Amino acid sequence: MNVEVTPLPGIGTRQDFMIRAGRRIGVITHRDGKFELIVSRKDDPDDCSASIALSPAEAGTLAGLLGAPQLVAHLEEQHRDVAGISTRQFPIVPGSRFDGRTLGETELRSRTGASIVAVVRAGSVHPSPRPDFLFEGGDLVVVVGTADGLAKTTEILGG
Amino acid sequence: MHDTAIALVQLGAVFFGLGLLGKMAWRIGISPIPLYLIGGLAFGQGGLVPLHGIEDFSHISSEIGVILLLLLLGLEYSAAELMTGLKRSWTAGLVDIVLNAAPGAIAALVLGWGPVGALAMAGVTYISSSGIIAKVLGDLGRLGNRETPVVLSVLVFEDLAMAVYLPILTAVLAGVSFLGGLSAVGISLAAITVVLVVALKFGRYVSAVVDSPDPEVFLLKLLGAALLVAGVASQLQVSAAVGAFLLGIAISGSTAENATRMLEPLRDLFAAMFFVVFGLNTDPASIPPVLGLAVALAVATTLTKVATGWWAARRQGIGRLGRARAGAALVARGEFSIVIASLTVASGAVDGQLAALATAYVLLMAVLGPVAARVVEPLARLVRKRGAEPVAA
Repeated sequence: MNVEVTPLPGIGTRQDFMIRAGRRIGVITHRDGKFELIVSRKDDPDDCSASIALSPAEAGTLAGLLGAPQLVAHLEEQHRDVAGISTRQFPIVPGSRFDGRTLGETELRSRTGASIVAVVRAGSVHPSPRPDFLFEGGDLVVVVGTADGLAKTTEILGG
Repeated sequence: MHDTAIALVQLGAVFFGLGLLGKMAWRIGISPIPLYLIGGLAFGQGGLVPLHGIEDFSHISSEIGVILLLLLLGLEYSAAELMTGLKRSWTAGLVDIVLNAAPGAIAALVLGWGPVGALAMAGVTYISSSGIIAKVLGDLGRLGNRETPVVLSVLVFEDLAMAVYLPILTAVLAGVSFLGGLSAVGISLAAITVVLVVALKFGRYVSAVVDSPDPEVFLLKLLGAALLVAGVASQLQVSAAVGAFLLGIAISGSTAENATRMLEPLRDLFAAMFFVVFGLNTDPASIPPVLGLAVALAVATTLTKVATGWWAARRQGIGRLGRARAGAALVARGEFSIVIASLTVASGAVDGQLAALATAYVLLMAVLGPVAARVVEPLARLVRKRGAEPVAA
């Protein structure tokens, strides 16, 4: 990807790239540590239809959300040689059944044979979480298992 | 005690009133500078209520206001940014100087203010207000726009030009000979070069001298250094403001960021006082006679700034709408035009009408700038639509 880096004197740096849909998308990093997410207009690529101010914590969270599929793809790659095993991510919806409960309480392994290999929270990855790991709304749970096991996982974690 | 009580009440009333004006200004989306000027005009010389007992304080705090304005301007840039900005924008910078200094200079010559007046007015109409422009670009969500770096690098060039221009103006105003003027130019150019080199190579040492983890110590050292440098600079016939600007450039990295954060409220306080004092010293009765000229100058220099931005953006391959936005963004004049006018008036070397003209001009441009930046897009779209319709029909 060709990311263009443009200094903004007195303000910070703009980093953006063209996406296939024909828009510029990128981030302005302010000197004081704030971020701005920018998306260019469709009819005027010079202009921005959105520039959204993000705190460092918010930017980290967004990065985590966008980064999770990356993690899944990475694990997928590792498991490619093992026939029948795949990786998928499941969100813990705030207020859902497992929001505020531990990993052990899902009894996922005994019920589906699939295992939780990582949890992505607020932009950071918690690898190999233990049974006493407490889920929070907004977590992304990365699960490895057979197609059948993952289908059952959807039923359990989705509810 | 009684005098102190009156002075405190007056000062309190002035600051509180400025606070209310500032709040009102940003709410309706314009810069507070014209309101501060009007506030100053309303009081003092020839105004409604004369203020007594706070002249000394207001005078020195307006001086500090100018020093902080330029110190923070210098802090905004690292020397490296100035160099790349300069390399990228020098052609646009030159077009900017020619197009926008000319109207002011011509007006001054027509009015018979002589070459010194022409030099001062050239500066007044040339220099955009980076304070207003940065704020407006942020408010309108245009920092991510492609034409914004063009606008910013023109501003960087202007700020550097100020660093060269102010010492020359101070020297000329002091009535030095041609040779003396040349040596002043030489001294200021040498000083700027030295500071840039020092900032590029040894910026961290300068930063280390003023830096401190303790906010109180940091603030005292920073303000102390700024006033010291400004004082010495003004003694050397280089303006105090330029000294502060160069100190700001030499301070870099996280020290500069902390300094900016710490000094911003102080600058806003003292700079507001600066505008009020300028207004106080201007007789409101002197404005109406020059109002027509100020309007003409405002119209002319709005067009020339738009042309500058359009030209600069076009060179960077920006589309028509973006060019229009870049041009309109540059229109605002403000703090530095008033700094130039106040230097000029304080010297007494130029016709007193200059202050009135500069005030009226900045009143117009500080309001017109943000408005132009806002309306340019709908206006340009409208024009484009109108232009397209006959073809479609």
